[in-house]
Amino acid sequence: MNATVAMILALAVGTYAFRLVGPLLHGRVTVPARVQELASAGAIVLLVALLATGALTEGGGFAGWARPAGVLVGGVLAWRRAPFAVVVLGAAATTAVLRLAGVA
Amino acid sequence: MRSLLRTSSPLRGSGLLRSPEAGSLVRDSSLVWLASGIVGVSFGAISVAGGLPVWVPVLMSLVVYAGSAQFSAVAVLLAGGGPLAAAATGLLLNTRTAAFSLAVAETIGTGRATRFLGAHLVTDETVAFALAQPDPQRRRRAFWISGIGLFLVWNVGVLAGALAGRALGDTARYGLDAAFPAVLVALVLPALRADATVRRCALLGAALALAVTPAVPAGVPVLLALAGLFLHRRPAGAAV
Repeated sequence: MNATVAMILALAVGTYAFRLVGPLLHGRVTVPARVQELASAGAIVLLVALLATGALTEGGGFAGWARPAGVLVGGVLAWRRAPFAVVVLGAAATTAVLRLAGVA
Repeated sequence: MRSLLRTSSPLRGSGLLRSPEAGSLVRDSSLVWLASGIVGVSFGAISVAGGLPVWVPVLMSLVVYAGSAQFSAVAVLLAGGGPLAAAATGLLLNTRTAAFSLAVAETIGTGRATRFLGAHLVTDETVAFALAQPDPQRRRRAFWISGIGLFLVWNVGVLAGALAGRALGDTARYGLDAAFPAVLVALVLPALRADATVRRCALLGAALALAVTPAVPAGVPVLLALAGLFLHRRPAGAAV
C-alpha cells in the first residue's frame, strides 16, 4: 500500500517537473528564436507521432482495422474542413459500427 | 505592460467566459471533454476491476493527471510489475510533456500562480487545442478553457468509474479509441497544411515512431519522433 502511494507520488512529482520546464524557463532565460521555432515544430511532430502510434498500435502490436479505419474517416472529414464535432463523432461511430459488425 | 499582463490572469477579471469566442471554444472543447470523461470512467473501472482500491485511480488522476501514463502505470501494477516499474513507465511516457510545456509556455501566461497552475494542465489534448488557435489571445483562452474543463471532467469520470466498477462494460465498443487520434488529426491539420517543413518533420517522426514501436518500451517511440526535427532546416545564414 505504501509502495503504491510512493509510486503515485513519484510519478506525480516527476510529471509535474516535466510540465514546469516551459513555464519556469519562460521569461527567465531568453530562449533563442531558433529554439522557440524548434519547440513549436517539435510539439506538432510529437502530436503527429502520438496520433500515428495511437491510431495504428496497441501494446506494441497492430491495433486491428476498426480503429485506424475510424481515424481515417475522421482525417478525411477534417481534411474537408468538416466541423470538429463531425470529425470526432465520425471517427468514433465508424470504429463502433465496424466493431459491431465483427471487425476487430 | 507588467500590470496589463497581471490583469490578464486567466481565472479572474479577464472576461474569459464572457467573450464571444469563448462559446465556440467551449463547444469544440466539450467533445474532447465528453470523450475524456468516458475514458476516465473506463480508467477508474479498469483499475478497480483489476483489484486496486478506489483511492488509487482517484488520487493518481488528481496528482498525475496524464491519461496514457496512468493507464500504463496501472497496467504494470496489475501485471505484477511492481511500483518501481510502474512509476518508470509512466514517467517515460510523460517526458514529452516537457516539450509540450515549452511550446505553450507563452500561452499559459505570466505570474507565479498562473504558471504553477497552468503547468499541471499541460496535456496532449489541451496543448493541441491551444496551438490550433490562430492568435495568442485565443490560444490562451483555449488553453485555460480546455485545460480546466478537461481536469474536472477527467477526475469526475475516474471517480465515477471507480465507484461503478464494471457496470459500463467494454468501452472499446463505443469507438473512443479512434476518437482521440482523430481529435489530434483535426487539431494538427492546419499546422501541417500551412508549413511544408513541419509536415516533412512530422511525417519522418511518425514513421520512426511506428517503426520502433514493436521493439522499444511505451513512451520511447514518440520521443524518437523528435528526430524528425532533423529535417527542420536552419534559416539561411544562421549560426549553429
